[in-house]
Amino acid sequence: MPARLRPTIFAVLLTSTVPVAAAELTVAVASNFVKPLEAMAPVFAAAAGHQLKLSTGATGKFYAQIQRGAPFDVFLSADEKRPALLESEGRTVAGSRFVYAIGRLALWRPEPGQAVRPDMLTADPATRIAIANPKTAPYGAAAEAVIAHLGLTEALKARLVQGENIAQTYQFVATGNAAMGFVAWSQVSRDGAAASGSAWLVPADLHPPIRQSAVILTRAADNPAAHAFAAFLKSEAARKIIQQHGYDTE
Amino acid sequence: MTPTPADLDAIWLTLRLAGTVTVLLLLLGTPLAWWLAHSRARWRGVVNALVALPLILPPTVLGFYLLVALGPDGPLGQLTRSIGLGALPFTFAGLVVGSLIYSLPFVVQPIRDAFIAIGPRPLEVAATLGARPLDAFFSVVLPLARPGFLTATVLGFAHTVGEFGVVLMIGGNIPGETRVVAIQIYDHVEALEYAQAHWLAGGLLLFSFAVLLALHTLNDRQARR
Amino acid sequence: MSRDDALHFSVAIDLPQLRVEAEAALPARGVTALFGPSGSGKTTVLRLLAGLETHGRGRIALGESVWQDDANGIRLPTHRRPIGYVFQEASLFAHLTVRDNLAFALKRARTTEHPVGFDDAVAWLAIDHLLDRRPERLSGGERQRVAIARALLAQPRLLLMDEPLSAVDADGRDAILDTLEQLPERLGIPIVYVSHSIEEVSRLADHLVLMSAGRVLASGPLNTVFTRCDLPLAHGAHAGAVLQARVAEHRDTEHLSCLRFDGGQLLVSTVGRPVGAAVRVRITARDVAIALSAPTDSSVVNHLRAVISAISDDPNPGHCLVTLQVGAAVLLARITVHSCHRLALAPGMAVWALVKGVAVR
Repeated sequence: MPARLRPTIFAVLLTSTVPVAAAELTVAVASNFVKPLEAMAPVFAAAAGHQLKLSTGATGKFYAQIQRGAPFDVFLSADEKRPALLESEGRTVAGSRFVYAIGRLALWRPEPGQAVRPDMLTADPATRIAIANPKTAPYGAAAEAVIAHLGLTEALKARLVQGENIAQTYQFVATGNAAMGFVAWSQVSRDGAAASGSAWLVPADLHPPIRQSAVILTRAADNPAAHAFAAFLKSEAARKIIQQHGYDTE
Repeated sequence: MTPTPADLDAIWLTLRLAGTVTVLLLLLGTPLAWWLAHSRARWRGVVNALVALPLILPPTVLGFYLLVALGPDGPLGQLTRSIGLGALPFTFAGLVVGSLIYSLPFVVQPIRDAFIAIGPRPLEVAATLGARPLDAFFSVVLPLARPGFLTATVLGFAHTVGEFGVVLMIGGNIPGETRVVAIQIYDHVEALEYAQAHWLAGGLLLFSFAVLLALHTLNDRQARR
Repeated sequence: MSRDDALHFSVAIDLPQLRVEAEAALPARGVTALFGPSGSGKTTVLRLLAGLETHGRGRIALGESVWQDDANGIRLPTHRRPIGYVFQEASLFAHLTVRDNLAFALKRARTTEHPVGFDDAVAWLAIDHLLDRRPERLSGGERQRVAIARALLAQPRLLLMDEPLSAVDADGRDAILDTLEQLPERLGIPIVYVSHSIEEVSRLADHLVLMSAGRVLASGPLNTVFTRCDLPLAHGAHAGAVLQARVAEHRDTEHLSCLRFDGGQLLVSTVGRPVGAAVRVRITARDVAIALSAPTDSSVVNHLRAVISAISDDPNPGHCLVTLQVGAAVLLARITVHSCHRLALAPGMAVWALVKGVAVR
């Protein structure tokens, strides 16, 4: 949409009392959730008549950009913290924050048809184990918690390599540079089973839940399409797609 | 705000990396630059393009290919393992290799251009005066190409200090081994530790400025002599 | 010099614009000029002699030592050939002072057989006051003087000079020519001098290699080549002869000097050289007239007995070129065909050569 048309359209949106016809919604989405969102977009378009425009990236980067007025309508974060911060800063529509997906962690190796068990982590001391950066990535923090829970923190300390995000962690393992890695179950599964390589779905009680929150940003306060999308995310149809992609829902 | 030990580790590691890479690039890049400046070979254009590739290639692309090539199943990885070096990703040596490629054009191009600017004549003169080729290179070409070498050194060093994408891809963020300043800053920003990030980023900015200022002062003084 | 340092070469190279194929034997002493129009391959031959053209092939020998013989797999690289090379533009090392430029050569000198001392070179080229300067602060003439001194300090057995005066203004040129004239005697080595200036060549050279389109047209003593009617030189506007003469006496009251050469004597305006000094005399063909008897009523001062050795056509159809034997010397006279017929000139006739103008160096 040409930028100079936008004010006109918003003027129409703001003054209109009748439901608006097809609108475009700009969604900032954490990289790990792009696939399910892409699968949802046509369903949402068919149901509500609105098109989604997706902007993909790291949650931290989106947070900084939204603070500086980036033109997003809805933010699907990879964590709970950033949406909460934005809310406390008054950049979101009050009461719009909710958990749309709960990430599951998997211990994964690229060779298909192999057994993967947690005791294999210590099998070959010469190999590397990849995790996401615990400091910046929720899946990294979860992986660190799992390792601590298994009592392997010291044993693995020198062997851990950190991906800056969960996609890079997957890459380290996929290219064989790390023997195994803690990746997102959503990256390696489809419909509840490993779709590539071999994986151990880490029991959810071994780590704090990886809750991913969504918020409507103040810019879209009066945009019915944003509210329609938030409602859609909580619908049974959406939850099914989310689960197929390897996430739990609340 | 004071630096944490992790920050200091990252700074020291970065300086060590940049220093190593710069020295190696000067040693390896000078013969390459010489060949590029003087060869008439048909595939010189190909080599020129390859050398310039890191200038336009996104560092993540380069980093990804390095990750694949240097990995245990990659061709370079098999080579390094067969000669007992082990796999290079997630090691300081791996960062050195990555940075060598990434910073190559910043060192080779200024030196090559300096060689081209000097032209063949001073070498011919030196030869007619009885200087062997190596003698002529060190006593005539090197001094004449000094500004080019200075530029190459500073750019190579500074560019390696500022390197991020490649390190991100093949580093694995290991403290004291592969966690350089640029990564440390990124982590601080991602973790919302903005004050810590400012401290490091500001330091990097000041350092870069000081280095460039020193370069220009030196070059000016040289020109005025 | 006990050694016979005659230079023999037979070289060839294919350049994009020109195929150069040159062969000559040059005397062991004195200056040989490589002369010809621009683009005739003079500089290329010089570079081949120095080994600067890597694709050149052939054979080059200075006296007994063979520098290049591709048929037998011999090729000395440039830095092992005992040469001095003066480039067209001075090419001093910009990062070194004049003193260090000179020291560069002295330090790497390949032989000490004809030692030229640092002070000698500095004195001959009069560059004492320039020693601590950097090249960018020298004039064109000063740079070339330093470059010549530097070439001499390499202790060459063969000095190669490529139009060293082309980038020098007229005043500087005359001073350098004075210096160059004395070099053969001081060095005792062969000098090959590339030039397209008749003036420089007739002043400096003893031997001439005439080049055209990459080939050697003729090679021989200067005046022989200058006066050969089968060569283009004799037909140019500046065609003429160069004679070796000595100052016989000075007639101060008449402001004249008397020069004696192998075929007689010449009266010229006072020459600033002592009696007995060797001088070069250049007499252009258009300044020589012919008479059948000794003229007694002419203003022309110099009359020389001569025998016609040949009469040849001139590019100008109204003129012809008469070759005159004057004792051991040869002169050229350019006269009208009309006069030639009127006087019924023919080879073998004894005549008088009337010399209207003489240039003395």
